[in-house]
Order: sequence, then C-alpha cells, then structure tokens
Amino acid sequence: MSTGNMNLTLKVWRQKNTKDKGKMVDYKVSNISPDMSFLEMFDVLNEDLITKGDEPIVFDHDCREGICGMCSMFINGRPHGPKDAVTTCQLHMRSFKDGDTIVVEPWRAKAFPVIKDLTVDRSAFDRVIAAGGFISVNTGNAQDANNLPIPKAQADAAFEAAACIGCGACVATCKNASAMLFVSAKISQLALLPQGQPERYKRVQNMVAQMDAEGFGNCTNTGACEAECPKGISLENIARMNRDYYSAKFVSEEEG
Amino acid sequence: MSAINSNIPEGELTAKWTKFKSSVPLVNPSNKRSLEIIVVGSGLAGASAAATLAEMGYKVKCFCFQDSPRRAHSIAAQGGINAAKNYQNDGDSTYRLFYDTIKGGDYRAREANVHRLAEVSANIIDQCVAQGVPLAREYGGLLDNRSFGGTQVQRTFYAAGQTGQQLLLGAYSALERQIGMGKVEMFTRHEMLEVVKIEGKARGIIARNLITGELERHFGHAVVLGTGGYGNVFYLSTNAMGSNVTAAWKANKQGAFFANPCYTQIHPTCIPVSGDHQSKLTLMSESLRNDGRIWVPKMKDDTRKPQDIPEEERDYYLERRYPAFGNLVPRDVASRAAKERCDAGYGVGASKLAVYLDFKANTERYGRIEASKAGNHNPDKEICMRLGLEVIKEKYGNLFDMYAQITGENPYETPMRIYPAVHYTMGGLWVDYNLMTTVPGLYCTGEANFSDHGANRLGASALMQGLADGYFVLPYTIGAYLSKEISVKAIPTDHPAFAEAEAKAKGILDTLIGIKGTKSVDYFHKKLGLIMWEKCGMARNAEGLRSAIAEIQQLKKDFWSDVRVPGSADEYNPELEKAGRVADFIELGELMCMDALNRNESCGGHFREEYQTEEGEALRDDENYAYVAAWENKGDGTFELHKEELKFENIKIAQRSYK
Repeated sequence: MSTGNMNLTLKVWRQKNTKDKGKMVDYKVSNISPDMSFLEMFDVLNEDLITKGDEPIVFDHDCREGICGMCSMFINGRPHGPKDAVTTCQLHMRSFKDGDTIVVEPWRAKAFPVIKDLTVDRSAFDRVIAAGGFISVNTGNAQDANNLPIPKAQADAAFEAAACIGCGACVATCKNASAMLFVSAKISQLALLPQGQPERYKRVQNMVAQMDAEGFGNCTNTGACEAECPKGISLENIARMNRDYYSAKFVSEEEG
Repeated sequence: MSAINSNIPEGELTAKWTKFKSSVPLVNPSNKRSLEIIVVGSGLAGASAAATLAEMGYKVKCFCFQDSPRRAHSIAAQGGINAAKNYQNDGDSTYRLFYDTIKGGDYRAREANVHRLAEVSANIIDQCVAQGVPLAREYGGLLDNRSFGGTQVQRTFYAAGQTGQQLLLGAYSALERQIGMGKVEMFTRHEMLEVVKIEGKARGIIARNLITGELERHFGHAVVLGTGGYGNVFYLSTNAMGSNVTAAWKANKQGAFFANPCYTQIHPTCIPVSGDHQSKLTLMSESLRNDGRIWVPKMKDDTRKPQDIPEEERDYYLERRYPAFGNLVPRDVASRAAKERCDAGYGVGASKLAVYLDFKANTERYGRIEASKAGNHNPDKEICMRLGLEVIKEKYGNLFDMYAQITGENPYETPMRIYPAVHYTMGGLWVDYNLMTTVPGLYCTGEANFSDHGANRLGASALMQGLADGYFVLPYTIGAYLSKEISVKAIPTDHPAFAEAEAKAKGILDTLIGIKGTKSVDYFHKKLGLIMWEKCGMARNAEGLRSAIAEIQQLKKDFWSDVRVPGSADEYNPELEKAGRVADFIELGELMCMDALNRNESCGGHFREEYQTEEGEALRDDENYAYVAAWENKGDGTFELHKEELKFENIKIAQRSYK
C-alpha cells in the first residue's frame, strides 16, 4: 500500500519482556514515501510482519500530533530522531535518504525499565508529580480568575515551562539519566506564578526527593536534555529549581 | 417510551440547577469514605471527576489505557475553552452562551443541560487558573480571549494552541495530588472490557492489565465512564490512535442506551490526506479561522500558485454565502461549504480536495497595529508583514510549525491547504440530567455522553463540557444516587456476576486470538473507515446508508473469520487490544448508519442529501424529529429505538441562519 520509493534497513531493539535480555534485529522496508511519518513507516513494517506471521514490534504512540508525549524511540542515537524540536510521530521520512540504515532503540534509563521492544515504563514521572507537582486547591475553592492579574511576561514564562509533554527524551539522552529538566519544568511553572507561592519550597523538596528515590541520575550541566527536548524546555528551569532547592533549606522551617 | 426519563428538575430554566444543588441529598463524610467509585478514563472529564470525588472523600479507582493519565486525548485540543465571563464587555452572558450552544447544535440538545453548562462555565476558568494553568494574558495581566465559530462574542480562553494540554495537565496534577495522598488508586495501561451489573445496578468493571494480559475484577458502588468519543470508527480522524468506543459499547450491551450515534462532527480545517499510508489526520485549530480567510480560485482547475492568483479572482466563499458570520460559521456549515466547492471542481492542491486558509490580510492588519504602537503611523506593507508575522507566530506558532512538519510547506509564506476531517462525536451514551445512563449507577461524562451539543458542537465547547461534567456536575449529581447506597457494603469480587463478566471478556479475547486468519486488524479498520466516510460522512442518503449497512454486516463476518491477531492474550499485545476495539467499532458503525437512516431530516453534522433547502442548507423536520434517538441493544445486531422528545420552552426553535 505504500506509495513512495525509499528502501531502508532498520536495526530495531527486540525484547520480549522486562526479564528478557533483548537484542538488535535487522529489517528491510521498501517503497516508503517521504510524506510518511516515522511511525507510519513502522506501521508498514508491522503490517508486513503480521502478514508473514511474525510478531509486530511494540512501540508506544497515541496522538500522533506531537503533544501526548507517548512516542519514545531512540533513533540513530538521538531521542525522537535527527530533527530538532519534534517528537517521533512528527518526524517524517523526508528527513532520511533512500538506502539509509536506521538504528532504533528504546529510551534507556534505570528509572525507565523496558516493558517490551521499544516500550518503556515511565511511571516514575507520575510519581514525581504526585509528590508535589500541583497547587493544593480543591474544586470549588477558586476566586474569580481576573482577581489575580499576572504580568504577561511572567505568565508566558510559566507557559513555556508548562509546555513539557513528559515524554522522557531528556532522561533518555542524558548520560546520567537525569530527570532534572522534566522536574524543573513543573517546579518552574508553578514557582513563576503567584498561585504557586504558598507551597513553593515544600514542593521543590518533595519533588526532588521523589526524583532521587526513583533512581534518576544527577545533573552535570551537559545540556543534552535541552538540545533534545521536542518542546524546547530551557536549562534555565534547572537553574531555577536549584536556586529554589537551596533556598528551601533556609525557609522550610517558617513554612513548615 | 417510559424507559427513559430525563429527570429534569421542575421550575424555571435559570433556577433548575441552583434548586437541584440545594435540594439534592448529601452523603456525610464518614459514609463517603466507605463508598467506592470507579472512573474509567483520565481525560478532562475523567481526571477532573476522579480528583474532585476524591477531594470530597469518596474512595476512587481511576483507569486509563495510556501509560499515564496525562496522555489522554484531551491533551490534543488546541484552540480554547468557552466561558460566559464577559471579560471583553461585548455583551456575553450565561443566556447567550446557552443560546449559542442550542442554536449551534441545530436545536437538538436538551435545554436544561445546556443552561447548566453555561452556568458553570465561568467556574471552570476560575478553577483552572487557581490550579496554575497558564492561560493567555493581556499586558494588563488579565486573561485574554479569542473568537471561535458560531458566536459573535469573544469568550474563548486559551493557552497558545495548546489549551487542551494545559487544562488536562491541570486536571492531571489535581488527580496526581489525590493519588499521592492515597485517595485515588490509579490503574494505567488498563482497559475496561466489561461493566459488571448486580441486581440491575452497575457494581464494577472487568479491566485488562495491558502489560500482563491479566483480567482484573474491580468493585464500585458506582461506575463513571469518561472514555471519550468514537471518531476512530472512520479509521482516519483527528483522534489519537488509541481512542475507542469499547467502554461505551460494552455499556450499551449491558443496557445503557446509545443516543444519536449519527451525529458526528467533521472539522473544516484539517491537513488534507497525503496518501494511503496515512494513519491519522491533524487538525489546524478553529482559532485560525479567526485570523484567516478561506478561499478557492474562482476559476475551475486553476493550477497557479496561490500567491499568483489576484484578489479579484479569489472566491471567499464563506464570506460570500454567510456575510454575518463569514469565516466564523459553525463547523458543520464550514465543512459542507468546503465539500461543495471541491465537489464542484474548485479544490486546490494535488488531490483537489483542499481549500486555502490564508493569513495575509490579518498579518498585515496586526503589523499595522504593532507599528502604530511603536510610533510608526504610516508603515509600508513590508514593515506591516514583518511585524504582523511576529504576532501570528506568538498566537499560533506551534500550529504553524506542525503544519510545516507534516506538509513540508511553510505556512508563513504560502496559505495553508485544509480539508474537513472527522473530529468529534456529539452522540454517545444517553444520560439523564444527573449524567446517569439507563443503567442505574452507571454514569457517563464528557464526549462519551450525548448530552450537550445536539447535532453539532461549537468550537471550544468540548473542553468546557468535559470539565463542567467532571468538576462541577457529576460530583453533585452522583450524590443523589450514592446517598441511597450508604448501607451497601463493598461486594466481594468472587460474586458470580464478576465471574460471568470476566468469562465473557476472556471468551472474546480467546476467540480473537484463535481465528488465526490472513488479514491484519488494520485491514478491517481501514475498510470500515472507508465505508463510513463515503456513506455516513459529510453527506448521507438513504440508498447509501442501506448499502453501508449491508457492507458492514459482511465486513463483520469477514472480520470474525479472517482476522489475524498474533501473539497470545496473556502478554502485552497491542494487536489484540486493537482487534477488540475494531470489533466494537464495526458494530457501532452499523448502528450509526441505522440512526442516520432513521433520521429523515438534516440537522447539524447529520446532512441527509434528500433534505436540504434550495440554497443547500440543512433542512430540519421539527415536527417529526425533534427527539433524541436512544438505541437499546437487544443483542445479535438488533436495536430498539426509544425517543426522548425535546421541548424548547425558552428558545424559539427556528431555521438556523448565519447569513
């Protein structure tokens, strides 16, 4: 059914389950159109495998429009592949050449164990958010939204931090498998807003503690996370988190 | 027709909800702690309900098929959320939002529900801002608004082109807070496969752990489905790949009526299909129509580049046909108008199934304003365009980038090519005023229910409805039911009803694995999608619908005899998940065609070619079809129609006009 003329060799990580050792397996795909997304190219491969009676390759994906954060392939040594600022589902085959060999691996990090093939378990991120990535306001507690003017620049900065899609590319690309870009993005979003102030210092302590408990590594300021982030989340967030974390030691007693 | 009672409170429209809230029975805090509620789905409707119910003190279990509740497809909503705040001082009010929604829905929604939606809309914005949702602001620090289709006021709140993401992350953080406190137990990568009924009441679900393949039994005093819409019945839609109807469909098989399945929304501004490989379609937010103008060449088969076609040779057909609303007509009207032009031979692009969405005029206008702010009151065109592009970039940057990514074209330089695509489903499980289905104790919220949008949803109203249901409506209405359940102890899951439901789910999975046919699940899904798009899509007619029903029945037979599902049921097996979902879509597809065939009128997203005005507008038949069609599943592909008459006591029903 494919309509193009690209022929490619894929080297794909196959791993039956968490306990399986796993290995790279070679596949050929042909007649790939440059207008296909990378995942649609995988659809073609899987269709082929199913027809031949083989097991299709399992990979995470859902919205296919770059916002849900579910897709997570490590392509030719880069999370979400060779293009900057896109997720795998928004990577199109026009970014590759006919005859290319493409290596596809899952996210690799101790805190993200492989579930099957290219699918990993990122629930550690949810637990970090549950530890403090919120403002404690029950439904019905709110005042009129315009009672709290927020300078546009500040609101925009909070929005930029909030644009994180939680895909985990930052962790996957970091040599230390650090989650500091992800964690700091949420901390920054809330620290930049007046609504986030009452819990600001407690939040940073709780989230960092959970991040450490999950087995993420530390930050050594390499900056790979920022370079690979599909949403352009800035390293400034990490600096802000660190400042708040140290400040927290001084203010925590007052805040309780 | 006594089977359905909408339970609308007595009294004046504007007083119904207030009166309901102050008279609904309450559950005291200690009783809440022993009442368990299951919430299926973690999008806006599910996450907001799960979080709020837990805050109130109920014991909540929440389920989603994704790896995290933050990934539910609400996340992809781009443009905005409506609320009757009247911050723009442009004459908005609760009544106007109510009126616009009823009219936009082509007079096929229930007045009382829609008025309640308009009433709570303002609370939603307050709640989200309190949660730290970074909605767009003006330089004065106050919230900004934009225009959306079907209205003449600016009441849409937004966060660039990522409003759904930001609102969902707000609801998600509220949910995670409750998970952290141990008040919600979260089950990710789980899919609901059966509703468990005991003595006629919903008492739990059977869910499959998608990683291990295990079937699990979960008890609840009540079950809430916030499982989204069924647009993927068309295979190609703007929905996420995993979006499905399975939970709602299983509920339908357990006695929850399915209402108005034929009301599907075809969104006018999506990126056109580029080839057979296409797995999904991508929306370009309706907010773009606020700043863009839609046109096609006046000449048929015009192959010139859009930039080379002079102004006087362009047909701004929406502005021509609908001068009062212009490019901001509702979605159904805009979609049909695009189809009409393309069918008549004026389409653009390689497929000729596209029209232009052009931002040039507004870019220049914005640039002029910016130049003026900077003290230049007589800027030339070039300066205007340069400054204007900056404004456009700030407003829609992520959408323009996405367009460039997918098409390989630069929308800052050349107009976008767009075409309608399946986007939202107004139909869904029938619910009463309390959001309860026809199965006692089984509730349905958000897109999964049918309740508020009639035959056509207005833009920026889906986020509003999902959060209204979850934060402000269901948590109250469910109390009316649970207050009578306080003496019911948690039912152990070794009850025969659980065993029976589990056996049923297991039977289906084993059958699917056992067929070992020759064709993949996607093969059947694509075939179904094509039948639905061609015969039950933007335009339908009786003959086409009859043949679609026959084709779907044949497809169903072929599916159950020739589908190939690799692997086994006791492992992580996405093909098996898809197979179960497509099996349900096939059955739903048939019902959609039956519903479309039954409705001998055109209204909103349901356009029957036989019923149109001389100008090609939808022609309703209020005398015979001012009802909600609620379908009871009688098994073996047979359905019984129940009708809920719609009474319009506050709005004068009229032919919808946007001229």
